[in-house]
Amino acid sequence: MIYQDSKTLLEVRGLCATVNGIEILKGINVTVRTGEVHAIMGPNGSGKSTFAKLLAGHPAYALTGGTVAFEGRNLLELAPEERARAGIFLGFQYPIEIPGVANSQFLRLAYNTLQTQRGKDELDPLEFDDFVREKMKLLEMNPDFLDRSVNEGFSGGEKKRNEILQMALLEPKLAILDETDSGLDIDALRVVAGGVNQLATRDNAIVLVTHYQRLLNYIVPDYVHVMDGGRIIKTGGKELAVELETRGYDWVSAEYETIARATA
Amino acid sequence: MSTALQNLVNQPYQHGFVTEIESDVAPKGLNEDIIRMISAKKQEPEWLLEFRLKAYRHWLKMEAPQWPNVTYPQIDFQDIIYYSAPKPKKLASMDEVDPELLRTFEKLGVPMHERAKLAGVAVDVIFDSVSVATTYKAKLAEVGIIFCSISEAVREHPELVRNYLGTVVPSGDNYYAALNSAVFTDGSFCFIPKGVKCPMDLSTYFRINTESSGQFERTLIIAEEGASVSYLEGCTAPKFDTNQLHAAVVELIALERADIKYSTVQNWYAGDEKGVGGIYNFVTKRGLCKGVNSRISWTQVETGSAITWKYPSCVLLGDNSVGEFYSVALTNNYQQADTGTKMVHIGRNTRSTIVSKGISAGHSNNSYRGLVRITPKADGARNYSQCDSMLVGDQCGANTFPYIQVHNHSAKVEHEASTSKIGEDQLFYFAQRGIGAEAAVSMIINGFCKDVFQQLPMEFAVEATKLLGLKLEGSVG
Repeated sequence: MIYQDSKTLLEVRGLCATVNGIEILKGINVTVRTGEVHAIMGPNGSGKSTFAKLLAGHPAYALTGGTVAFEGRNLLELAPEERARAGIFLGFQYPIEIPGVANSQFLRLAYNTLQTQRGKDELDPLEFDDFVREKMKLLEMNPDFLDRSVNEGFSGGEKKRNEILQMALLEPKLAILDETDSGLDIDALRVVAGGVNQLATRDNAIVLVTHYQRLLNYIVPDYVHVMDGGRIIKTGGKELAVELETRGYDWVSAEYETIARATA
Repeated sequence: MSTALQNLVNQPYQHGFVTEIESDVAPKGLNEDIIRMISAKKQEPEWLLEFRLKAYRHWLKMEAPQWPNVTYPQIDFQDIIYYSAPKPKKLASMDEVDPELLRTFEKLGVPMHERAKLAGVAVDVIFDSVSVATTYKAKLAEVGIIFCSISEAVREHPELVRNYLGTVVPSGDNYYAALNSAVFTDGSFCFIPKGVKCPMDLSTYFRINTESSGQFERTLIIAEEGASVSYLEGCTAPKFDTNQLHAAVVELIALERADIKYSTVQNWYAGDEKGVGGIYNFVTKRGLCKGVNSRISWTQVETGSAITWKYPSCVLLGDNSVGEFYSVALTNNYQQADTGTKMVHIGRNTRSTIVSKGISAGHSNNSYRGLVRITPKADGARNYSQCDSMLVGDQCGANTFPYIQVHNHSAKVEHEASTSKIGEDQLFYFAQRGIGAEAAVSMIINGFCKDVFQQLPMEFAVEATKLLGLKLEGSVG
């Protein structure tokens, strides 16, 4: 939702990055304000996921130019865990499996680390158990998930629910959800999207990285950005997503190239 | 060397030789005279001196084992002090212990004054070769349990010691066991009589104090018919720059239906981050399940020492006897560990379980070496082995050397092994949830070691968890 009194959360200017020496991002500009939902769409290999991971500080990507401010702070000089503690959450496209570590332990450590950061009391295992079970209802998750190893042997849909559960626990200011809809059947998609919608407030913001428009039927974006070749080549409202669904991405690229040639 | 000391060294053994010594350190080096001196100082009976001398003569003909997957400069056995003792003073309670000594234990994180009482643990304190204090002894004595230093046991219960010493690990068993048999200075003795369940965990803290003094502890635990005991051994050592040899021998004997659980948390000084200094830990630990339906269980958490060479083993002689080995071995920097177990099945329907978790970080090298031997008469013997390795970083190594010898067709032997690595993606996942690399590694490692930690007594499990985190500090990120 676009609010008149919103504050700027994220300001990305001219962001460029490489992975293994190959240029993946070629100058990204985007501003995200509180209360807003942004969708970043684009064909495979357009750089969407790289952009998402880069914001979270993934070590595989080398920054080659540009600035990112998060609530006015220089985000790029923060370590990944500092970014997380500052309120940035990345919902992983492929959540990582951690054998031997119980989900409940992992979730509690993450939660308590943040509580400490925010100057609040930690929850002991019993208190946390009550707390997390309540949050799990939101995502229609079986409490058995707490005893299983983190993401190990989870189905694609279970992993994604577990990601949104973490978002619900950590209450980030900016949630970047990378292909959260992939691997979900229609019922799971409805549940996960419903969870995200309940977590959206006028004080936080959500960036959805997605290939398909289908997720946007459930989580309605305020802005839709189309990425291709490492750039945002078009920005529009929610209707742009519908247009992309019917016409594909090619026309946007063609249009961008025409404009690029004209201005060159 | 002072003349007085010279005289002492050269003095022939006399039974009942007594002397009041404030503090004494033997001269460097090893020969029959040194052995006679140790024996004399400890007022040992003739048979024990003979045991020592026989072991020494055997040792002279032996060579240090070359097969372990470890490298170190040759040890100069003439450059080691084989005996050093603080003032031999008897203490009735913990309150009489030298406050300086207590402070040292505090620094090492062993608040035993409190802990001993709170946890109901009887602590036989070994401080540089000689027992300084023994607690809870009276309480244990009420049920007939003997828990004292082995020197005291030799004096007070010579027949018991003579009956069992060297019966599980013969004096010529291997190079370091022979050396230990020749020069052992002190250690623990524990005897649980028929039908008695030891009412508390028995615990010993070992510590090396004098520089260049090798420590040669000798531990002997006997559980008679139907008896049971849980024994805890914890080690810490202060930082030294020269390598120290530590060659202990531990013998466990379980008679019919007896149950011995032996847990170790080992944190000897491992050398600095460049691999300089640190303890050489060459230990022989073996348990004999002598009676039917007996059980011996080893649990170890090995985190220290420059070199660890250690195979706590079980000889399953009694029918239906059970041997267990649960191990976590962590190496960092330039540490080397070659550790594992031997399960020798002799009796019928004997069972053994091996769970080994090796963690390598830094430039370290971690090997599991295990033997499962099913002898021809061991009908229905079963073994299950699981050996998992975890690598932290890409400069370290992990090896598994399982030896399986089956000479009985009815035996069932299973072996599972896995290797995993703490990857960048796992650490990033934790980081993205606000969890720093060290907390993440600690959590992953504890998850990895869970099956072993579950076997440790509660107090120890908490300590072990903290210890692993501490040892891996700075190895990631």
